[in-house]
Amino acid sequence: MKYVDAFRDPAASRAVVSELASLAGKLRESGIRPAIMEVCGTHTMAIARNGIRDVLPPEVSLISGPGCPVCVTEPGYIDAAILAATRATVFTFGDMLNVPGSEDSLATARAAGADVHPCYSPSAALDFARANPARETVFLAIGFETTIAPVAALAAAAENGLPNFSMLTALKLVPPALAALVSDPAVHIDAFLCPAHVSAIIGSDAYAPFAGPGGRPCVIAGFEPLDILYGIRCILAQLADGQAFVENEYARVVKPEGNVKAQNLISRYMEPYDAAWRGIGVIPASGLRLRKQYGAMDAESRFGIRVEPGTPPTGCRCGDVLKGILNPPGCPLFDGRCTPENPVGPCMVSSEGACAAWHSYRRIAPAGKDA
Amino acid sequence: MAQRIGVSAEGHGKMCLAVPMELTDVRTGGRGTARADGIVRDVDISLIDDPRTGEFVIVHAGFAIERLDRAEAEARIALFEDMARRVSTPEFAS
Amino acid sequence: MRGMALVQAHCARREGRLKEHGQILLAHGGGGRMSRSLIEAEIAPRFGKGPLKGFPDAASLPDPDGPLVFTTDSFVVQPLEFPGGDIGKLAVHGTVNDICVCGGKPLWLSVGLILEEGLNISLLRRILDSLAAAADECGVTVVTGDTKVVARGQCDGLYINTSGIGRALPGFSLGPEMIRPGDAVLASGPLGDHGMAVLCAREAVLSGTGPMSDTGPVHRLVAAAADMAGAVRFMRDPTRGGVAAVVNEAVHGTPCGVALDEQNIPVSPATRSAAELLGLDILHVASEGRILLFCAPEACDPILTAWKAIPEGRNACRMGTVTADAGSVLLNTLAGGRRLVDMPQGELLPRIC
Repeated sequence: MKYVDAFRDPAASRAVVSELASLAGKLRESGIRPAIMEVCGTHTMAIARNGIRDVLPPEVSLISGPGCPVCVTEPGYIDAAILAATRATVFTFGDMLNVPGSEDSLATARAAGADVHPCYSPSAALDFARANPARETVFLAIGFETTIAPVAALAAAAENGLPNFSMLTALKLVPPALAALVSDPAVHIDAFLCPAHVSAIIGSDAYAPFAGPGGRPCVIAGFEPLDILYGIRCILAQLADGQAFVENEYARVVKPEGNVKAQNLISRYMEPYDAAWRGIGVIPASGLRLRKQYGAMDAESRFGIRVEPGTPPTGCRCGDVLKGILNPPGCPLFDGRCTPENPVGPCMVSSEGACAAWHSYRRIAPAGKDA
Repeated sequence: MAQRIGVSAEGHGKMCLAVPMELTDVRTGGRGTARADGIVRDVDISLIDDPRTGEFVIVHAGFAIERLDRAEAEARIALFEDMARRVSTPEFAS
Repeated sequence: MRGMALVQAHCARREGRLKEHGQILLAHGGGGRMSRSLIEAEIAPRFGKGPLKGFPDAASLPDPDGPLVFTTDSFVVQPLEFPGGDIGKLAVHGTVNDICVCGGKPLWLSVGLILEEGLNISLLRRILDSLAAAADECGVTVVTGDTKVVARGQCDGLYINTSGIGRALPGFSLGPEMIRPGDAVLASGPLGDHGMAVLCAREAVLSGTGPMSDTGPVHRLVAAAADMAGAVRFMRDPTRGGVAAVVNEAVHGTPCGVALDEQNIPVSPATRSAAELLGLDILHVASEGRILLFCAPEACDPILTAWKAIPEGRNACRMGTVTADAGSVLLNTLAGGRRLVDMPQGELLPRIC
């Protein structure tokens, strides 16, 4: 694939890996053992799937961050989605099906007769609503900025002439989550590997508050293995030089200002609110919801449903995993009571969750490489 | 036949996954067609300012979320090719 | 009122279709005159030779003189027709290939049809033609069968069950317990084409020259490897669950593991694009006309040469090696790292076959 294969070249990977080793050598002399947080769940998955940890110098550790939309969605949202599915045809990204709500998941609700359909594109929900004007259609709009932009485009398309279409939203923003993480004294992170496609929307300038004097290196990288390796190389280079600035290593897609057209569309339809993050708590102005004047498109007001926090499972430590305080095997439920077949917490459900990635790709970590 | 709704894959939905595709058609109403290696699909291009046929865009869940800057991509590919060449030279290997 | 108008319009369309093409009615499965006319019009011309002649209640078969291989499979793929194949072809290949990879030569097939009331008869004809052609190509005879019709909504167009009997070929002694460290793992061709073709057909937003199903028979591939039969340890067709499931199951409970090389995993460009687009791991996606073969290292090259000489094996390659690392299936990635190749979780792609 054009503009994909070139970023998977094994020889170039070896070259970047050898640069990583020499940079890590420098850091070792200064006594630095860098802990890098990959903020985005798609990075978490790409790192696991490409065996990236296996080629990193042993003193470099990668910590998974809160950027997995499924993982940070409150159980109460699932409860509300199940309720919506009793009154409407519900479309969802496939990853949501098995996330445990307070009692049921969308998959068990579907088995009991609820009208739930996984889809690749939210457009499927719109097409269905158009073709079936007599049926209420709800799209489960969860995600970060990458998905928020399409959701705004969806709202624009549905605004006129689709009275049977609505959305149950749980949309979250990356920068407020980073702000919450850096102000938490329990969290120890030396640098951020910043998301690829979230940054395409918000722009590289959005990370300025987290870099600079007293801040941390913030390097934006694509999702291909060479992008990730080179992004880590740039982080190590900054740390070795004692610097902390925003570096855009995905300039083929990410601009300093981001996608302004998408930003304008998003602010036309949505407004910030204090959103609750599963396992983390309420973070000020960290979510987006439909503005009041678009209430007809908001499944909550349309069906009189309220998303309550719900009951998280006891013993589950997804919150600490999402904050990077705990590696998945540190959770007492990991690989015992909680497996992808029988997930207790959302980090084990989403293919982008830290626990699922750890379980699927790292259960037998090569000796000496366990971060 | 009964009403059919496409049965999609249950395991997919990598939430920020997106791939580069080439725009082969730009239509009114924010719709277009994009291709990548034999895959041709309708994409929503309403998030792209002034999209042009022949441009590469990053497609996420059926929506083009940003254009791909080919010059930047080629420059980065050249950098990696250069690194790859250096790693395969004998003195490096020794 | 609106609802009633919709029903009327629907019924009018249905009648139109009925006159134009004909549809399956419940009475076609009633065992009476209409059943008989369906059998005479659609089944007899295609399958009514050999043991099916005269439609006895059971097939009388000659003694095949030696051990038998027997298998069954049901097919519920949606859509019924997809790029590169259809449910009829698939129903033959699925069962025939299961016999082949167990070292059998397929001989006889049973075909059970479950039809939904309202099924378009010309669609049924296309599927039966395709099924008959696939059986001919594999050298199997349909020797017995059954047709049932269920009410609209009680099945999704058409389901097929096939069972097959084959004769065990001499020379093969296959099983996961035969696998040894150092053995080669071969693929007979690009992987995942069937799963991606079906999924793309369902998404309905993909067009053009997208992935084509690889549904096809593997009997010639098995025959080509038969010269080296003694060195072949184990064969499987990587259907549901893909390569990841087959390889994990093969080494489960044995003292062996497998290391696959990402660089050598054969994938066709359109299938890879589609998998990237949908975020699927190609190692989890089904093929319906490929073999994964474990063999002693010295048999690797002769088998690859024999495979490459026939059309369905022209892209065959070695993609991994058996290790002494019990139960562990690893992928050597392009990035130079290693990672686990896990079994796919749950039903990744429902109704793929």
